[in-house]
Amino acid sequence: MGLELPKYPEMEEDQVFNFTDSEIVSHVKQALASVLSGDNNSYNQLVGVMHHSKHLAPDEVALLETTLKALAGAVSSIDITHHDSLLSAIFCMSMWNYGPHVADALAELIVSLAISNGKYLDLCLGMLVSNFTPPPYFLDKLKMPHGLERKGQVLSRVHAAFKKIADYVPLAPLRLLTIVLQGMPTIYHKDRAIVIYVENMLKLESGEIGELVGSTILMAVVDRLIELDVEIGWDAILQDDFSKGIFEMELEDVDDIEESAEPDVGEFRLSRKSLAGNSIAELLDNLLVLTFEHLESCEREGRLAKVFETLLQSFRVTVLSAYKSKFAQFVMFYACALDPENCGMRFATMLADLFVQDSQPQPTRMSAVSYLASYLSRAKFLAASSISSMLKRLVDWCLEYCEAHDGDINPNAHRVFYSGCQAILGKPVSIDKALALFRFVLPEEPMINSIIAIMYVLCFRMKVFVDVPRLKSELLIPLEQVLKHKLNPLKAKAASLFTVCKTFIFDGLLESELSRAFGGLERLDTFFPFDPCLLKKCDSFIRPMFVFWSMVKPTYDDAFDDGDDDDDGSSDDDLVQDFVNENEDIMNDEFGKSFDEQGVDIDEFDYALKKMSITPKATSNYKFGGRFQEPARMPSRIRPSTSPESL
Amino acid sequence: MEGLSVADANLVMYLHPSKSRNVSQSILRELGSLLFKFNETFDGVLLAYDVNILDKQAKILSGVHPYFGLRLKANLLLFSPKPDMLLEGKVVKLSQESIHVIVLGFSSAIITAENIRGEFKYRTKDSEELFASKSHKRHVIKVGTMIRFLVKSFDEEILHIIGSLISAHTGSIRWLDRHLEEDSEFDRSSMKSRDREWLGDKTVDEGATPMSYDNHIKMSKKRRITE
Repeated sequence: MGLELPKYPEMEEDQVFNFTDSEIVSHVKQALASVLSGDNNSYNQLVGVMHHSKHLAPDEVALLETTLKALAGAVSSIDITHHDSLLSAIFCMSMWNYGPHVADALAELIVSLAISNGKYLDLCLGMLVSNFTPPPYFLDKLKMPHGLERKGQVLSRVHAAFKKIADYVPLAPLRLLTIVLQGMPTIYHKDRAIVIYVENMLKLESGEIGELVGSTILMAVVDRLIELDVEIGWDAILQDDFSKGIFEMELEDVDDIEESAEPDVGEFRLSRKSLAGNSIAELLDNLLVLTFEHLESCEREGRLAKVFETLLQSFRVTVLSAYKSKFAQFVMFYACALDPENCGMRFATMLADLFVQDSQPQPTRMSAVSYLASYLSRAKFLAASSISSMLKRLVDWCLEYCEAHDGDINPNAHRVFYSGCQAILGKPVSIDKALALFRFVLPEEPMINSIIAIMYVLCFRMKVFVDVPRLKSELLIPLEQVLKHKLNPLKAKAASLFTVCKTFIFDGLLESELSRAFGGLERLDTFFPFDPCLLKKCDSFIRPMFVFWSMVKPTYDDAFDDGDDDDDGSSDDDLVQDFVNENEDIMNDEFGKSFDEQGVDIDEFDYALKKMSITPKATSNYKFGGRFQEPARMPSRIRPSTSPESL
Repeated sequence: MEGLSVADANLVMYLHPSKSRNVSQSILRELGSLLFKFNETFDGVLLAYDVNILDKQAKILSGVHPYFGLRLKANLLLFSPKPDMLLEGKVVKLSQESIHVIVLGFSSAIITAENIRGEFKYRTKDSEELFASKSHKRHVIKVGTMIRFLVKSFDEEILHIIGSLISAHTGSIRWLDRHLEEDSEFDRSSMKSRDREWLGDKTVDEGATPMSYDNHIKMSKKRRITE
């Protein structure tokens, strides 16, 4: 018996039609059976055939294919203890090493094995899962046409095999789920393997088995995104560019960002640059793009709503509770953008629901309202009515809160805060300034957070509310009530405000560094999650649906010069003069008063301010008030403070 | 079909304090996590449950873990195939080597060639694979046929059954039901009467969920399991 085996490659070539399939099957069966009687020869040859993997001659390929097919017919004769060397040889085979015919035969064998006996099920599923990723030597070839073709061949077979196994073993998807989740490369595998693995997971999700395992798999993907996200510390983003603030980082025009060869580096790019060498950031970028594409395909297939529910759940469990997630939340953003009416509103409603529930833990409520604010501000696709209805809800909540907590408001925290709010309502132009100030206030109460959220949204959406008078009366008036509720902001002696304010301006810092200095790193309330995405590929997906500050700014320009110049705030002398004049009034109205009360030498203060050059264009034109109000003005071409003298 | 039983169980469930906000939901979740898994305490696979919470107040257990214990009374539908039980299932794949069957829509079973009695011969008819009996022309097993088979072994982890068609009262249910009365050789006592009672003459429909058996089973004798 054993001696005949090596002959059959030749037979395959010479007398192809002399052997039928069933004869070969019985031959293999005999070889398998002979092990039990102690005759290992033909069995060993069989095992030897399995070990052929690279650079196969055509006859070897034919032999391998025939043997695999014969084994598939003889699975019932395979014994897990006696034929372990054969089994381990089979399970070590990688479809990536072979052409389509051998891969077909191998997939067939694996399916037959998996359904023949419960013992093999996990092993077979594990073997298929290990075929998600190519052998290391193949990773470089993946980009080439040949590599892509092979990838398509292997993956389609692997997924077809899952489907077949699930047809015959209904509980197989459950076991597959565990195997897939356990086999997922950890964040320490920083190579491309994880990208293709995740690609496979998403493919599983969209496949037929997806109905059973999809939600768990999707959650696992999001979890992995979060893990990678957390690996990139804020330090990595901020180390070169401490002045990355919500408004600062996007001051460059869109065109500038794309011309990456340009020598003067904008802040946006600077922070991106600090991520450039970061392999995790690249990995995360790729994974996010994969997820976006997957969401698009879900949308095309009309099952986005279902996937969205899963995403929403996983968002609530992981992303929302993750400390200052930087990128993973854009999955939600993109999903919302694909279906603004349903998903988009569903997301906002969920966040608002979370925020208004007293039973939710404080951090959850805080971050929910931050997400809500950031989302409402940045999502270009949201209708004005939806934004206002959400804001209305927050304002109503605030009113209710005020009524309920009439006596026990902490005046210290609120005083500063209110003065800022008052400023906002009076002069929309100083909103972002005031916002920056709020960030020092260390408010703990949900009330403050919700007001910050409302203000933040108003910054971005003021135009909407200015244009529609009804909204103005519905929202802004109750809001004013809220703000005036306890203290009259203008009477407040906001001593701390100006100390802080000075430090803030003198150091030329914005959000990030500041919030750190003031305990911000431990705090969620100073965090707006949907700031412009720093990942390059990911940003190209998000950009069209995103409201950048530079897009909003003209609203405020109009407010100042009666709309005669809205050309992106270009350094027009008249405009600047108008601006200065107006701002001097503001100074006198608001801040100047307090300065006087504080006995702060305003000239000195402003001189110091002047020395801190954030923008090159603002050299001599600006005077007192204008300088003070400068960040609100948002010149389009603010340069980062890269030279030492600018500080 | 054998292997299905209903049990009245008195259970004590230990819940983590973090679940205290929504106890009934977490009880259901906990029981739900037992579904379709073999459980040694129940000595079977839990297919369905109906639970009553007895305690109005839960006791916090002393000790390191501050879990609280809840007493429950539950009605459980269990599936516990034992060797030599008769099971019914639908043929999903058939080859010369084996017949693949799915029982109750979730458990897979295989009957290999050596466990198929010699009466059945493998044939292909109009490119359809089937096992046909030599003695009874109409007794045919093909993909889609509901068959009755004996359990040889049951893999509790994967819920995989190895079955056999050796004995004479196994095979296509439709054929067996029609010929059982006439067949004097068939030993009726091997079919337990209670199973026949609730199943009636109907075969178990493949698409039916395990939950839907509940109504049938309430008639059958109850087994008591205490934990």
